[in-house]
Amino acid sequence: MASAAPAASKRAFQARALFGAANLPDIIFRTIVFLFGALTLLVLIAIIVASMVKESSQSIGVFGLSFLHTTVWDPVKEQFGALTFMYGTIVTSILGLLIATPISLGVAIFAVELAPPWLGNSISIVVELLAAIPSVLLGLWGIFVMVPFLQRVVEPAFIERFPDLPLFEGPPYGVGLLAGGLILAIMVIPTIVAISRDVMVTVPVAQREAMLALGATNWESTTWAVLPYARSGLLGAIVLGLGRALGETMAVTMVIGNQPQISASLFHPAYTMASVIANEFTEATFDLYLSALTEVGLLLFGVTIIMNMLARLLVWSTARASQQLGGA
Amino acid sequence: MASSAFNTGGSLPRRQFINRVMGALLCLSAAVALTPLLLVIGFILANGISGINLDLLTKLPKPVGELGGGMGNAFLGTAILIALASLFGVPIGVLAGIYLSEFGNTGFARILRFLTDVLTGVPSIIIGIVAYTLVVVPTHSFSAVAGGVALAIIMIPVVTRTTEEALRRVPNALREASLGLGVHEWKTMMYIVLPAGLGGIVTGVMLAIARISGETAPLLFTAFGSRFWQDGLGNPIAAVPLQVYKYALAPYKDWHDQAWAAAFILMMLILILNVGVRVVTRSGFQKIR
Amino acid sequence: MDITLTTLQAVAVEEREETVTRVSKGLVVEKLGAYYGNFLAVADVDMTIRPNKVTAIIGPSGCGKSTFIRCLNRLHEVVRDARVVGKVMLDDEDLYDPRMDPVAVRRSIGMVFQRPNPFPTMSIYDNVASGLRLNGVRNRGLIAEKVELSLRQAALWDEVKDKLKKPALALSGGQQQRLCIARTIAVDPSVVLMDEPCSALDPISTLKIEDLIAELKQELTIVIVTHNMQQAARVSDYTAFFLGNEKVGAGELIEYGPTRAIFTNPADPRTENYITGRFG
Repeated sequence: MASAAPAASKRAFQARALFGAANLPDIIFRTIVFLFGALTLLVLIAIIVASMVKESSQSIGVFGLSFLHTTVWDPVKEQFGALTFMYGTIVTSILGLLIATPISLGVAIFAVELAPPWLGNSISIVVELLAAIPSVLLGLWGIFVMVPFLQRVVEPAFIERFPDLPLFEGPPYGVGLLAGGLILAIMVIPTIVAISRDVMVTVPVAQREAMLALGATNWESTTWAVLPYARSGLLGAIVLGLGRALGETMAVTMVIGNQPQISASLFHPAYTMASVIANEFTEATFDLYLSALTEVGLLLFGVTIIMNMLARLLVWSTARASQQLGGA
Repeated sequence: MASSAFNTGGSLPRRQFINRVMGALLCLSAAVALTPLLLVIGFILANGISGINLDLLTKLPKPVGELGGGMGNAFLGTAILIALASLFGVPIGVLAGIYLSEFGNTGFARILRFLTDVLTGVPSIIIGIVAYTLVVVPTHSFSAVAGGVALAIIMIPVVTRTTEEALRRVPNALREASLGLGVHEWKTMMYIVLPAGLGGIVTGVMLAIARISGETAPLLFTAFGSRFWQDGLGNPIAAVPLQVYKYALAPYKDWHDQAWAAAFILMMLILILNVGVRVVTRSGFQKIR
Repeated sequence: MDITLTTLQAVAVEEREETVTRVSKGLVVEKLGAYYGNFLAVADVDMTIRPNKVTAIIGPSGCGKSTFIRCLNRLHEVVRDARVVGKVMLDDEDLYDPRMDPVAVRRSIGMVFQRPNPFPTMSIYDNVASGLRLNGVRNRGLIAEKVELSLRQAALWDEVKDKLKKPALALSGGQQQRLCIARTIAVDPSVVLMDEPCSALDPISTLKIEDLIAELKQELTIVIVTHNMQQAARVSDYTAFFLGNEKVGAGELIEYGPTRAIFTNPADPRTENYITGRFG
């Protein structure tokens, strides 16, 4: 989990001035740390970006922008368009986020503002353990427990109740967009809870007390003082959750149905960007196919990077505001 | 009650009612969030525990259609992959963490820190593609090394940031005392600062291992999986999460049972690592909060 | 020590009878103790706070003076594991009666904090209006009227009347603190508690706040914690001296009386030591 404890670690910064002019062993020490630590890490990041771009270049050259808005994915005819996968990724991620956001914020608010400390801490720890469960195990549970339940119970009920709504059009497959969205919700809840909890903890106590001293209830002090104060950080937590959801692979691949189609119904099987890479990468028998798959990856990479940068800037802005106001 | 001194207006009972209702709803949301966790753990326990036996841990997979066998090679493979990833990832991660902690107030370091955080959020399947490009393409073979590289790339940012945090918690007074005695910077680091921050670094490494031990997506086209005992690091290698994935999607009941059993062991390993680390470092973390 | 306490209690009892017969809105504190977990932070305080007067609480750091005034509007108990024993009466009602709603208490007994804590996401206007809106006032005209009045009383109106929609953080530290005072008095509390309200401010801002306190006591009862004895001498009518017990650490009320008497002729040698600066 992202260790968002910015306030805790400000102190060590002053030490730098102490490391004055160095002698030979110290120069060697610094060089090693810089070369094999910092520079290697930076080069690694550069290599990741460069190799994704380079491997995608063939596909980018052949298909250009049509890659983004065509739905044909046909290795035999060497035609590749990613729209179907983008649709699946976006719908499942949004669905997952719609489910996860209210629950996650609820958990964070409960844990930080309302629950007694022992309960709040326990909840945070347990929810964070959920983040440690590997994707493939959630997928395993999804296939054998959640999907049959959706297929036999949930989806028939919706189809019967809303027979004319395209959103819930049958037949109930079990696997599909809904299953993908649900499993993503389970997977991003810990992320959003952990970050929004950290953000809310940095809201100065004085803000809560100012509201309480005006005669606010706990709930009012939360909604009038804490949430407005933390809003950009909370938005950051949600965006970070979105980034996770977009790139999540295994669990979604196991329950999405893996059929490249765009359909309004949440009950229909679909395909996501990460899933198509997972399923077809080892089968890609010629360069253009591999390049097209890598371009799907590059798109995913670009979007998740932007989400991550945005999220961290948002979270950071709340933390900085707290420090300026005299901190947690 | 609120008649004389307390001019509350008529709305306070209603506001307190809302307060209570919202408190209950939030409590409910906590329960809703915890339910899937308990369901997943519960089902893996229930379905996995019966399949655990010595064969699972020691035998090779049987050919399709034959009952029995195990996935001993996958457990060995996961161990090898973790070892390789740690071998590649820990030194780089720790050195980068030292850099960020000890020389981390430059613009370059700030950018590096930010990029490291962003790297944590890169989807692991992307890391798989990168490791494929870096190792599998030049060597013309899926291999243990390729899998190790992929997992190492996932490990590095985690280790870097936890090392940095751990070293920053080491009081400056220790550094000052040592440097003030005329001790070299590198000796101060090796004999004073690193030992003081060792607990935090080990914690970070353990959490990183817990994370990569369940990673599947980056191994699909690097380690690839194998049905045999490992034969050198240049060949494809089996891994538990890969095997769980493959068996879960196969149509055989016997394989499903093995998938649950392997999932059980993997989950216990990861939960024990996580809980263990939390218990060990609990006092330390609470002091900081 | 024993003599002092008995005298004090006698004084307290006498004072209380006086308060009850008079109008109201003073506070009567009886046997008040405040805990953090098992740690006793304030022990056994008896004290009568008179209406329309400024009462200063002085004492060295860690003597429990902040904790004490946070007990007066039931804000102490929002801290983790904190609890209070004893009684605090406002008029004839015990703030710590189990049936008493702490929200109603805090609505009637406002508080100004050590550092200015305006709500950063709200405008200047909204900061002052927040308490009214919170308490269900919907009438815009009434709110506008009340905001202006409160800002005038807080001597801030002339400085902010042209930028009421600007964020509160655009103000200087001293202005922010006066904004917080305006926010507090906007809901018509009968008592205002001030916890070292000038400790984060420059001398000019401090002076403004002190003038303000003198104005406000016409309408309100004010209790102010200060580490600055000159300030206590300047602004207060009554002064209470708190000191941490050497053995158990709990803060105790050592001496309480008219400010002039405390500063010119303290009854307790420890008070004298503190006031003359002979003591840490």
